[in-house]
Amino acid sequence: MKRYQSLILAALAISLTSCEPEFENEVSNEIYSAGEVDFSSYVAVGNSLTAGYMDGTMYRSGQQYSFPNLLAKQFAIVGGGEFTQPSFADDGSDLGGLLFMGQPIADTRLIINMQTGSPENWSGTPSIEVSNLQQRAYHNMGTPGAKSFHLLAPGYGSIEGVPFGTSNPYFVRHATSSNATILGDAVSMKPTFFTNWIGSNDVLAYALSGGTGSNQLGNYDITSYGSNDITDPQIFASAYSVILDSLTKDGAKGVVATIPYVTSIPHFTTVPYNPLTAEAIGGEEIVNQLNENLFENLKAVLALLEEEDRIQLLNPNGSNPLLIVDEELTDLSQQIQFIASQDPQLASLAQILGAIYGQARHATAQDLFVLGTSGVIGQHTDNPMLENMPEPYKSLFGTMGVTYPLEDKYTLTPEEQVEIKTATDAFNEIISTQAYGKGLAVVNMNATMSYLISGIRLEDGQYYTEDYFNGDNLNRVLFSLDGVHPNPRGYAFVANEVIRAINNHYKANIPMLVVGNYPGVTLKASN
Amino acid sequence: MSLFATQAFAGGHRISMQGQRQLAMGHTGVAVIGQNAESLFFNPASGVFLEDKWSISAGMTALVSDIRFQNSLYNWKSETSNVGTPFYVYANYQVTDRFSLGLAVYTPYGSSVEWDRDWAGSHLVNSIDLKTFFIQPTASFKLTDEISIGAGLIYVNGGVEFNRNISRSLMDESGNRSDVTIDASGVSAWGYNLGVSAKLDDYVTFGINYRSRIDMKAEGGDTKFNNMPSFLSQAYPNGSFDATMPLPAELTIGFGYQINEKWLVAIDYNRTFWKAYESLTIEFDNPLVGTSVNPRNYKDSGTIRVGAQFEPSEKFSVRAGGYYDISPVQDGYFAPETPRNDALAGTLGFTYQITPKFGVDVTGTMLYFEETNNSYNHYIEDGAHVSFGGDYRSSAYSVGLGLSYNF
Repeated sequence: MKRYQSLILAALAISLTSCEPEFENEVSNEIYSAGEVDFSSYVAVGNSLTAGYMDGTMYRSGQQYSFPNLLAKQFAIVGGGEFTQPSFADDGSDLGGLLFMGQPIADTRLIINMQTGSPENWSGTPSIEVSNLQQRAYHNMGTPGAKSFHLLAPGYGSIEGVPFGTSNPYFVRHATSSNATILGDAVSMKPTFFTNWIGSNDVLAYALSGGTGSNQLGNYDITSYGSNDITDPQIFASAYSVILDSLTKDGAKGVVATIPYVTSIPHFTTVPYNPLTAEAIGGEEIVNQLNENLFENLKAVLALLEEEDRIQLLNPNGSNPLLIVDEELTDLSQQIQFIASQDPQLASLAQILGAIYGQARHATAQDLFVLGTSGVIGQHTDNPMLENMPEPYKSLFGTMGVTYPLEDKYTLTPEEQVEIKTATDAFNEIISTQAYGKGLAVVNMNATMSYLISGIRLEDGQYYTEDYFNGDNLNRVLFSLDGVHPNPRGYAFVANEVIRAINNHYKANIPMLVVGNYPGVTLKASN
Repeated sequence: MSLFATQAFAGGHRISMQGQRQLAMGHTGVAVIGQNAESLFFNPASGVFLEDKWSISAGMTALVSDIRFQNSLYNWKSETSNVGTPFYVYANYQVTDRFSLGLAVYTPYGSSVEWDRDWAGSHLVNSIDLKTFFIQPTASFKLTDEISIGAGLIYVNGGVEFNRNISRSLMDESGNRSDVTIDASGVSAWGYNLGVSAKLDDYVTFGINYRSRIDMKAEGGDTKFNNMPSFLSQAYPNGSFDATMPLPAELTIGFGYQINEKWLVAIDYNRTFWKAYESLTIEFDNPLVGTSVNPRNYKDSGTIRVGAQFEPSEKFSVRAGGYYDISPVQDGYFAPETPRNDALAGTLGFTYQITPKFGVDVTGTMLYFEETNNSYNHYIEDGAHVSFGGDYRSSAYSVGLGLSYNF
């Protein structure tokens, strides 16, 4: 009996101590590796996309989701060191925006106001003061608004330049001195690894302005460039090579990223060219009145000028295109005014018709509209010329996008799009060629974001697109409310693309982020 | 009420621990007769074969289960360890030598899994605590000296508390993840079981037992939303919910073989009709929240059990056994609230008769689970099926104490 008891107790004792389940291949930090990279000092250079800009501004909580900051957390698993970002501690209410000497110079962040369902600047006054100088270099040197050549520009961080627009208020906040350069401050962090995603603003600024700037192709004098201009590719190439030479001079490895086409960001793809249904215009009766009183006449006038195709009659049962100004068109103001003045019915309107419709046409599927257009369509213009019009014209005219053509800044015409694409392709060619020459990894963000147009399915099954927030994609939207910059989820998506490139190019094994775990759009009950 | 303590069984919510002696024999027993009052659970027809006027048994088990989870793509590592305490009390009274009445109280279903809050799978479950409590009056009747039939009426009382995050990314203004707790207690339902016991000859016994499906319908349970962002807190007030969780029907057949006075062996086969568990469907009273349908799509599954008893003297007996339990969870439906794959169990125990009437049972079990790579692919996020998975590995062990008094 005693014998049995001791046997059983021994068996029980063994069973109680040998139960912790174990995996054949245990996941631990040791299974990951940095490959050929030393991540001890990771420095990021670039523009707003690197800084963690979103919802139209930099704000404290948003900056935590900058893609370099997300990457640094993964790098920490494989020997990454401390990663610092410019301080936004003074953004106490997390509003973003900027103050200069106490005066607001940049708007607060965009939020969705649930009462209106629309994106709005969050009410409140910014508390981020430009003149609160930090005077130190950080690991994240991404600077919103910076173009390629700005990284090399002394004085870009000078507070004296802020009122004149010759310096960048974000860089001013932390430039080590008034004549410091972004690149110089970046190099002072002694990078062992870097990411460089510069170049978007060299073409995007032009696109965001609706093509109101100039294409500086062939102009090598950057001092003559306006802020909305397209950079000359040779200027871009020489700036880019200085940046890469400086960052790699002590043997740092790195990743560079290409520039996305504007056609793959929601800022340009959300507003359709033909949103005007009869309902949107004000009913079938209004549509018929517009056709009778305006478009039939205008079409008849243009027919005499063999430009009848500029205008089409509104279809009460369809979605009609927006009316726009196209600066590529021959200005027919005088001809229209002359012909109209010969018609007794139109004579009183001749001057106005000429002034408004000289370069007007209806949009086509080839035109792109900036996101802000949606807030303008259907509003009444404040052009004083219309105030003295007789009825019924007075109440029918002046509706922006319907009877009053949208200004150039709202549209990217096909010609402008070609300029943008040509420049983007040239810059991307330069980026890839130079990176290849230095043996750096390239993240083809242009290709990736082009895939987002049709959608990308991730490992977990979720399907991501470039769609703007539409109420049904709260858990899927990648872009912030400015329609240009990613939201936290989108930056996690970007970080994964970089990790993939590092893993492939430098034979590293760095774990991926779960894109779906990051927040998307910020909604507020009221504003 | 403290006896209702959390029960767990490596995440699965059926806990086969309804008698220390039979558990030590691999939880066989549908065809084992004349042991003690534990028989009331295993086969309601067996009460009438008990030898004493009164047979009373009670016991409790401490069950420790560990689940580990990992995914190397994302550097995910999680584990959870939970302790459950299933218990039972059985009493049988021989009214005549052909008829007996009994009462059985036991806890065959329960699950407690508590992952770290906001862990990688928190959109599926942070924690679940399911409790049930079965009360079964039983009668058994001898048709002949060799064959008996029995039936029991089952009253179930139970509750569930379940918490998970609202989505993979929703948080309040302070960065706390938004979550919901649903809590239903005092849910009651009725069921029955039926059995036949037969002595085929002097050595071999046969038993069959059918337990009915019982639908636990929670009506008006409490729904509590936590850490909701302000834009949702108006639309998502705390409210109530209805949900139904089926406890599936079970059919068990088995044989016992009394080799000689000292040796008894038994074999059982359980078939559990888990197909009844198609989805965990939670209907919220708030139409804005709507109905949460969480497909489970379980399949019917079986368990084969074997056990042996060696009784060298009146005072002492020793038992050993094992079973192989096939998981009802299908690939792609491997939810971390019941991350259960096939289990191989070993059981061991002994009984010491302190007096001829009073015996003490001690039983230990150990469960072995293979490592498995599986996922739950039916979480819907803005219309897309989102998968959550990785490597899972579980283990469980238990130690139990039973007392029986027959007079």
